[in-house]
This record gives sequence, structure tokens and C-alpha cells, in this order.
Amino acid sequence: MKIGKFLIPLGAFVLLAIVLAIGIKHSPEKGVIASPFIGKAAPQFSLPDLSQPTKSITTADLKGRWYAVNFFGSWCYACRQEHPTLMEVSRSRVLPIIGFDWKEQADSANEQDDLGRAFLNQLGNPYTLVLADRDGRTAINYGVTGAPETYLVNPEGVIVYKLTGQITKEIWEKEFVARVQGKPDKS
Amino acid sequence: MVGQAVNRARVVLLVLLLATSPCALAVDSVTLADPAQQARYLALTHEIRCVVCQGESIADSNADLAADFRRQVREMLIAGKSDQEVRDYMVARYGESILYKPPFNVRTAWLWLAPGILLIVGAIVAVRIQRQRAALVDQDNEPLEEDVRS
Amino acid sequence: MLPELGHFALILALLLAALQAFFGIAGPAFARDRWTSAVIPAVAGQFVMIGTAMACLIASFVSNDFSVLYIAENSNSALPLFYRVTALWGAHEGSLLLWIFLLAAWTVAVAFGSGRLPRRFSARVLGVLGVVSLGFLLFILATSNPFLRLDPAAPDGRDLNPLLQDVGLAIHPPILYTGYVGFAVAFAFACAAMLEGKMDQYWARWTRPWTTSAWAFLTVGISLGSWWSYYELGWGGYWFWDPVENASFMPWLVGTALIHSLAVTDKRGLFKSWTLLLAILAFSLSLLGTFLVRSGLLQSVHSFAADPTRGIFILAFLIIMVGGSLSLYAWRAPLLKSQAGFEFGARESFLLFNNILLVIAAATVFGGEMAPLISDALGLGGVSVGPQYFNPTFALSMIPLLALLAIGVHAGWKRGRVGDSKQMLLVTLGVSVVIGLAVVYVIYSNGKLLTPVGAILAVWIIVTSFVDPIDRLRRKLSLSRSVLGMTVAHIGLGVFVLSVTAVESFTVERDVAMGVNDKAALGGFEFRFQGVRGEEGPNYDGVVGSVVVTRGGAPVTVMSPAKRNYWVTRSDTTEAAIEMHGGSNVLVALGESLGAGKWSIRFQVRPLVNFIWLGAGIMALGAGLAASDRRYRVARAQEAAVPASAPGANPAAQPTR
Repeated sequence: MKIGKFLIPLGAFVLLAIVLAIGIKHSPEKGVIASPFIGKAAPQFSLPDLSQPTKSITTADLKGRWYAVNFFGSWCYACRQEHPTLMEVSRSRVLPIIGFDWKEQADSANEQDDLGRAFLNQLGNPYTLVLADRDGRTAINYGVTGAPETYLVNPEGVIVYKLTGQITKEIWEKEFVARVQGKPDKS
Repeated sequence: MVGQAVNRARVVLLVLLLATSPCALAVDSVTLADPAQQARYLALTHEIRCVVCQGESIADSNADLAADFRRQVREMLIAGKSDQEVRDYMVARYGESILYKPPFNVRTAWLWLAPGILLIVGAIVAVRIQRQRAALVDQDNEPLEEDVRS
Repeated sequence: MLPELGHFALILALLLAALQAFFGIAGPAFARDRWTSAVIPAVAGQFVMIGTAMACLIASFVSNDFSVLYIAENSNSALPLFYRVTALWGAHEGSLLLWIFLLAAWTVAVAFGSGRLPRRFSARVLGVLGVVSLGFLLFILATSNPFLRLDPAAPDGRDLNPLLQDVGLAIHPPILYTGYVGFAVAFAFACAAMLEGKMDQYWARWTRPWTTSAWAFLTVGISLGSWWSYYELGWGGYWFWDPVENASFMPWLVGTALIHSLAVTDKRGLFKSWTLLLAILAFSLSLLGTFLVRSGLLQSVHSFAADPTRGIFILAFLIIMVGGSLSLYAWRAPLLKSQAGFEFGARESFLLFNNILLVIAAATVFGGEMAPLISDALGLGGVSVGPQYFNPTFALSMIPLLALLAIGVHAGWKRGRVGDSKQMLLVTLGVSVVIGLAVVYVIYSNGKLLTPVGAILAVWIIVTSFVDPIDRLRRKLSLSRSVLGMTVAHIGLGVFVLSVTAVESFTVERDVAMGVNDKAALGGFEFRFQGVRGEEGPNYDGVVGSVVVTRGGAPVTVMSPAKRNYWVTRSDTTEAAIEMHGGSNVLVALGESLGAGKWSIRFQVRPLVNFIWLGAGIMALGAGLAASDRRYRVARAQEAAVPASAPGANPAAQPTR
């Protein structure tokens, strides 16, 4: 144990260096919280339809088919950037995309909805349905950390994938379409 | 007169500008009536991380989402939920890393047990070294410096 | 022109650093005296070159040269002159330039302050410092060059982050880095001894003043950071166990252990290999800290912009420096044995416990700091670690340390026994209990379990620190600077602990929505809000509130909390109004405008908070006193008369080869 105990510091450092190297490798994903919902039931909601605010839509109404949930807001710069991609992929009609108009900044519910509608009028509406999450409670319920975020829900109402950040065509094909079409090895 | 009006207009404009940036000081405008609940509220909001602003609790963060989280905590406390229920609610939606106090489970046991274990190991090492050195005192005839006490 | 000159100067500095490293290490190793004597000119040259580069960058900042990318990103023509200069170290590239400048300054100090050290030994020390400098210069020139041009030049800059437009930025980083970088000197002394294969009997005595001064700077640097975040960030917190704060605190803890271990090695020739290890560890933690805050691995409000490529480079550098020195340690340390002894209860015992507890504390902070990374690397999922973890676990090792300090501070060397001073200890403990409980329950009221414990320990430390010096003065003995310094430093620690105990136990805080003429009460004070008015600064617009403060009806002051919006970055700062009254700090900060003239306002009364930084300052003062003791200089003169390799020298200090 003569030389042995003097090697301990070096050994400990080697372990540390490995941890740091792995950390650097993973660092592009820093700050993205993995959703605990993968594999769990999509949280219940009951929200007004943006086009007909007196009408409410609930999770039950959507059960029975694949759909994507996209949280956006007119205040969100990245949402504007991803919007053309959403327009394009929605045309392929692989699965409906439900938009959640999240936390518009205005003094009344009407004005909040107006902002959301104006955004869609200006940039186009890729959504089958747009719901208004005016107070943000549903977003918290879904574990949303910012906009845009998109969830993929299966016909049983289970969340199978979550995307934090802007969607791209590649991600759409690889993560959303592939799962809907039942391609293997996606969990 | 005009000066006053201009100043007031400037203040209004500023106030609008100042309302928009996240990750600065957050001051609540609502305090819970029950002091014990308020204390719990403060403790919990300091425990929950803000997901928008790096390295701040929702108590300190000015982000909109942090305000929503704080509202959620407030409502849950008023509804009579326990501290643990509030934590569980957040963890169920955001994962364990949403709390500043790591839970004690299989994955984090090492972190919580380490300080205690280190102290025990340290005590053992201290005793060993002390015994070893105490045994050497009588054969050690090195003269000490005159300045014995320093 | 100037940026190119600066860039060129850095390249020359790189070459000189390489020469310094080469001559410093190879010269003594191959007994080439010509090489050995070339080291000091290389040191001087490197300092001049780096100084030139700094001067060029400063001049470019002052003249608003936005064709330089770094300046375009961190400055603005409306930025006041003072901040244009301090903006130099406001972001990654410039802060590294500051780092190597301070390293060059320390190196020059060592070169010219070690005239009477053995030539080959001091050459090795400078050579190791050259290796460190070489690594950083390579890093700067390869990945973080502050002189890169922007083509076409920006019309104006992006402005300095408003949070940094404060006097705190002028002083906190330079002093902090001086401390951080200063541990490189202890590291170099340690490496020189290891390269030499032996530890000279005076090795510890040579190393002590350098290490103690670096520690003093680091102490001041960290407390400046704490004070700055206290008044600048606006919510009155002074320590967040933030990853960047921890990155500076870990070297401090290990550095504290180091200065105490050096004392034992100096006086008794004991703990030699342990002291070497601590010297390596302290600087390694400095390097690790530098790495962590720039690599993107940590999430913090303080961290520099993340860049994984830089992360890889620094990691490689870390592996070479730390891996190299630890390998050297594994090779050479087994040779260092001592046959000295000490009784249980002697000063050495207490310093042994001191070291163990400090290293455990550092390990605890390290574990908490690394936990998210370790958890992620092992695939255990995410975890966050905050004050709710650090506070209890840190206290766990620190409370025993404080108690042992009070008991051990006047223990005698070698044969001192605790029993001898039993009476004095009980008396001082009794006094401390009385004073401590008085502070807790009479002056203030309510407190948590740890409140009386903290107060009593703090007072006990202060009281027992006085025992030794008073005793010496009574016996008409001289009070050397190192004893005086030690006393002052320990008293500073006591003041610090007392303040922290008070702040953590007795702070009161409220957030209130207030309209004009609304009142609030907190901590014995009454506050009346008088509304806000606009103000315009050199590069910002703001609102300034007015709050009348009274105590028991008697007027105390009018406080002016402000919020500013900086034009260029369009971001805000909260300028809290903070004033000290009757030993407590009163903090008033504006929150949000709630419309119709109402504002949410934060009130906070924090007792004794200023004494936290005062205590730290006293600690540093003590260290400075101790470092300036004549003993350290006398030793060299003595040593020069006795060649280091003379036979019959202290057998306990010279191991067999």
C-alpha cells in the first residue's frame, strides 16, 4: 500500500475527467428538462376553442387518434420562426396538430384571444383546432418550460414524445411521423 | 407644467419597458394572510427552480412562468395541500431536477450520505494519525524553536 | 493598428512563456546554468508583452474601436469611460487576458522576491509558472482571442451587461483572480520540490507568505462578490451556493487547509506530502473553477457564454496540469517521511482536525457542485442541488471546526495538552455562553436551533483568540506579526460567523403592494411610499421611488429605490436602496408597477449583514499581517549561509534519496 495510497488522488482525478468529458459531450442538451410524461397519460384539460370561445374542448374529445399538441404564443419569436415548418407539415395531413395559444399578454380574455387570432391570420393556421390557455394552468400541467414545445399523443391518450424548441422537417419525419406510422424501435 | 407632464409620460413609458424583462428581481404583490402559510410559501418558492432563468428559484425570478408557478404554489397552499404535495406536483410535471433540494432515493443517496460518511472516515483517519504520532513523541528529540507558541 | 499590436504581443508572450517553461525546468534538470539564468529575463519579457496586450485592449475600449469583435460585443459609445475600461474583463476573452496578466504579475513578484532562494529551485518554480502561462496563452490565441476583428466594423457596440455597469465589476474580478491565480505560486513551489525530489527544510517557510497573501486576496475577492450581488441583484441575498460561487469557494476551503498545513510543515516538518497534495489541489480547484464557468456545463446566472470547444481545450489543459502534478506526487511523495511526533491535544492535533474538516467541507461542496454532472454521466437522470442541500451539509463539518478552533488556538506545539488550559477554556466558554445568549434572546428575539450555537461559538472564538496575545504581552514577550495576524484572522472569522448567524436567524422580509401614501411596517421600522419620478442616466432611463422611513415615529431617512432600463441592451436592473441603521441593513426595492401608481415593493431588514464582509475583511487583514512577518525573510538570509545540501542538516526534513 506504499505507493498505492499516493495514487488515489490521481485515480480520483481520472474519474473526474471522465465525468467532465461526458458532460461536454452532452452539453448541447443542457437546460432541456426531460419530460416525465413520456409514457404517461396526457393531462386532462378543458379549454375554450379560440374560434368559438363559448365552446370548450376536453381531452376526451380528442381521444382515439394520434395528435400533436403545440404550445405557442404571438409573443414568442421562436414560434414565429417555426411556424412556416408547421404550415408545411400540417398540409401532409399525417396527424392533426392542436395549437395551444399560451399566455397572451392582454387585459381581458377577448383581447388575449384576439392576439392569438391575429397571429394566425398573419402567418397562417396549421392547426386543426386552436385552444386558448389564457392563464397558463394547462401549460404547467403539461410541464411546459417555454414556447414552442410540441407533444405527440397516441390514440390511447398517452404522451409518447416531447419536443422542446422549434420543430424542423427532419424532426417531424423522424420523431412524429415515424411513430404514427408504427415504425419499429421508437419507444 | 409641461415639464411635469413630460416627466409623467416618461415614467409611464419606462414602467411599460420595465415590465418586460425576465430574470431580474421578482417581487410579489400578494402576501398570504396566514403568516405560517406565508412562511411555507417563501420556503417552497425558494426550493423550486425557475425553468426559464438559469440558476434562480421561482421566488427570485421575474419570468412570467415563474409567476405562474408561484401562483400555483399559493393556490395549493390555500387549498390546504401539504408541502410535500406541492413538491410532488412539480416533480410529476418537471422531473426531480425542478427542486433545489435533491430527494433522497436510490439515485441520490450517495449525495446525502457522503458528508456523514466522510466525517466518519475523517474521524478514523484522525485517530490513526494521532496514535501514530503520539507514539513517536518520546523518541522525537528535535528541539523546537524558541517561539514555542506560534 | 492597436489590436494587431496587442495580438502580436500575445504571440511574443507565448514564445517567452515557452522559453520560461523550458529553461526553468530543463536548466536545473540538466544542470545547465546558462539556461537557468535565462529564466528571469523570460519572466520579465512575458510580463511586458502581456502588459502591452492589456494596454492595447484598454486603449481600444477607451477609443470605442468597434472593429474589434470583443469590444463590439461588450461596449458602447454611450458607456461611461470608467465602465469602458472595466468592461475589458466583463466577458470570457477579456477575463482570460486579465487572468494571465495577474499570473505574469505574480511570476514577476516571485522572480524578484526570491533573490535568496537557491537558484535552481526558484528556476523550477518559475518554470512551472511558465507552463501554466503557456497553456493559457495557447488557449487564448487558439480559441478566445480578444483581438479578433469584425469586418465590416460595427457602427456601435452591444453594450456591457447592465448588471456589470457597477463599481463591483471594477474590483471584484481583479481581486478574485489575484487570489485564484496566486495559488499557482504554491502549486509551483510544490512542483519544484517534487521535481527536485526532495523538500528543503525551508521549503514551507518560503511557500507560506505567497500562499497566505493569495488566500487573503481570494478572501477579499469572494466577499466582494458576495457584497456586490447583495446590493446589485436587488433581493438582498449574499450567497446562493451558485455553481460559480462554489467554484471560487472550493479553492478557498482547500487554501485555508493549506495555510494551516504549511504552518505545521514549517514548524515541525510534519505533513509534508499532505501539504504538497493540498497545494496541488488548491490550484487544481482554481483551474477546475475556471473551466466549469466557461464550458457550458453549469447553469448559472454568473456563467460566461457556453462553448463546448473551449470546454474541450480547458479539459485537456486540466488533464495535463492536474494529471501531471498528481503523477509527480504519486512518484515523489512516498519519499517524504517524518519521524516527528505530537501528543493528543497538541497544536498539531488541532491543525490535523482543522485540515480534515476543511477538506471534508470542500468535498461536500464539490459533491453538490458535481452532482448534476455525475448524475447525468451515470445516466441517473437530472438532479438539482441548491442551498437546501449545501447549508445543512456544510454546517455539519463547520460547526465542529469552529468548536475545535476555540479550544485549540492556544494549544502548545508537540506536547501541549488540553487539560492544561481546562480552566481557561471553561471560563471563556462561560463568558461566551452568556454573551451569545444575550445577543440571541435579549437584543433580538426568536431564533432557530442553530442560532445560539452559532452565536456562542462565534463569541468563544473571538474571546479565546485574545487569550494568547494578552498572555504574551503580560509576560512581556514580543508579539510577532504572524501571531498577531493569526489572532486577527481568527477574530475576523468569529465576527463573520456571528454575522451570518444573526442574518440567517433574524432577517425579516415582506413584499407589499403600495400606492402613494400607503404605509408598511417591518422589523421595527415604518415605511411610507411617496411614488416614483423619472430619471435619465448616461445610458439608461429609470424610475426612482421615494420611501420615507421612520422608527417609532421618529424620522430615520428617505430611501430611493430605482429601476433602470438600459437603452442598448433593453434590459433592466433593479437598484435597491440599502442603508445601515442601528446595525441592521434596511433594503427597499421596487418590484413591478401594478398600474394606477401602485407598485409592488420589497422590504427587508437584515441585522448585522455588513459585518459579514467586515469579518471577511478582517480575516484578510490578519492574513496580510501574517504574510509580512520578518521571519520569512530572515530564513532566506540564514539559508544562504548554509547550503541546502549540507550534511547534518535537519534529519527530519531531509529524506533519504
